[in-house]
Amino acid sequence: MDANLAIQLSIQGILLGGIYGLIAIGLSLIFGVMGVINFAHGQIMVMAMYVSYWIFVLLGMDPYLSLVIVAAVIFALGYLIQFSVVNRILDYPEAMQVLPLVSVGLILENLALLLWGPDHRSPQTALSLKTLWIGPIMIDVSRLIAFGLAILITILIFIYLKKTTTGKRIRAASDNRTGAILVGINVDRIHNAAFGLGAATTAAAGVLLLPLMPISPHMGHDFTLTAFIVVILGGMGNLIGALVGGLILGFAESVSTLWLPATLKQAVSFSILIIIMLFRPQGLFGGKK
Amino acid sequence: MKRLYLLLAGVFAVLMLLPLLLDNYALGIFVMIFYWAYVGQSWNVLTGYTGHISLGHALYIGIGAYTTTYLAQTFGLTPWIGMLIGGLIAVGIALFLGFLGFRFGLRGVYFVIMTIAFAEITRLAVSHIEALGSFTGIFLDFNPSLHNFQFRGNVPYYYIALGFMVASLVAVRLIETSKLGRFIVAIREDEEAAQSLGVNTFRYNMMAIAISAFMTSLAGAFYANYIFYLHPNTMFGMSTSIELILRPIVGGLGTLFGPVVGSFFLTPLSEISRAYFARGGLEGLHLILYGILAILVVLFMPKGIIVYVQRLFRPFLQPAGKNKQG
Repeated sequence: MDANLAIQLSIQGILLGGIYGLIAIGLSLIFGVMGVINFAHGQIMVMAMYVSYWIFVLLGMDPYLSLVIVAAVIFALGYLIQFSVVNRILDYPEAMQVLPLVSVGLILENLALLLWGPDHRSPQTALSLKTLWIGPIMIDVSRLIAFGLAILITILIFIYLKKTTTGKRIRAASDNRTGAILVGINVDRIHNAAFGLGAATTAAAGVLLLPLMPISPHMGHDFTLTAFIVVILGGMGNLIGALVGGLILGFAESVSTLWLPATLKQAVSFSILIIIMLFRPQGLFGGKK
Repeated sequence: MKRLYLLLAGVFAVLMLLPLLLDNYALGIFVMIFYWAYVGQSWNVLTGYTGHISLGHALYIGIGAYTTTYLAQTFGLTPWIGMLIGGLIAVGIALFLGFLGFRFGLRGVYFVIMTIAFAEITRLAVSHIEALGSFTGIFLDFNPSLHNFQFRGNVPYYYIALGFMVASLVAVRLIETSKLGRFIVAIREDEEAAQSLGVNTFRYNMMAIAISAFMTSLAGAFYANYIFYLHPNTMFGMSTSIELILRPIVGGLGTLFGPVVGSFFLTPLSEISRAYFARGGLEGLHLILYGILAILVVLFMPKGIIVYVQRLFRPFLQPAGKNKQG
């Protein structure tokens, strides 16, 4: 086996894993606070990618610059989803919680199809083809930037949850919903903000992914599933676990292409998923529940 | 009760005579209504009655379709027998999935994700098996005969699909009134309570998932010989798994007639709007409307539209003066 290739794949995998981690943090946050699984997560991310793509094509603004705008737009989308749908189904049995969010995903996916058509699109941003050589190892610059920004955004989310009032309220609502209501927190509004924040996080991840892969309306499913796997790997509701889980999954998927065709790498992640669920359902890093 | 059977017999008689009146296109819509009602009913056996949510039921459709087609193309085996073999394979996989899920106590969302993972792994595996057509899928040759389960025109398909749907209703009704039925409903309502009363919940969960998988895989065999083209993404894909849960949920989860009512409501809507919007270049719009409708039903009629259908028929089903709940 080619050692350089192995090193290169490992690095690329870990860098991509940072973005996986960011996607999963959004999902984990939503699960941790509301206790619902966001089956529309990947589709929300694809929406963000298209919005960013649109800004790039129409205004010529680079995805890295439009990141904040896109995150704000998708925050509003998440707020709206929680406000209009999810807040009404929190007390439903689980079987009935699945369908509304799956439907939200269906709506977003086909909205993207309607607005942008079925073709794959890949914007040629300034950095999309730049590469960096460290000895014999090649690294995409946009992948490196994406990784750095993903880590930075993760840290910012932590600070937000620990230090700000809204962040503290979100954590309170997540720890004990009734208790939070008792001390006067408007839990519904906090839920809206939490869903919005989770959506904005995955939106940021989507923008970072934009220079790395062509977008198409139907790619949302795969990312929803990737996020599930990462979250279960790290433990439901555990944010640091989600980040580490993302790095592990990115590494495993990338390195598996040494032995398997790239189209089978998802089978590797699903096998990891099943094994983790059976033998360590609380995730690699434990969890409160 | 007597009046209910009378009503059903009337509806059945009308459905038996419909092919005399309708053209081929309209019959095709009815074939899809019966097909989705049948598949929804099969899913309902597991999720509606035990409460364990499967979002990977396309797995069994794919198994049925691929097994039947492979055996027919390679050994010339008639799909009538091939579908039973496909059913047994589906049962085997379902029992393995069920064993892992129920033995290790995967609840709620974990079970859902497990079912998705099984379907996705199978989809990826089939996409890489040359003998099963890998990424290009399999085209079926058209040799109409009873032996080949292939027919000219929609009339034979209509009666077969109707037969499937009626058989599934009878089967689920029998399950409902049996010991198995009572136990799995008890499991849905409170698994721990059922267990502490001495119900072997593992065993009855396994029976439910096996029956559900067997029924679903038969639908796959039918579908393969109706559309003549198999592709791993459409057969095993998550969009199929989503499509097939919509009707029982909209109709009424865990009820005998929910999947049928849901299918009579949603399928024509989907078939007609798909054709209509696609002609106007608005591909995907019908699925957007579909999603909105599903959300509205879950939010405002969580028991499904069957409740309203029952209310509609109540004057007929309940003779004046008697106030018995039927």
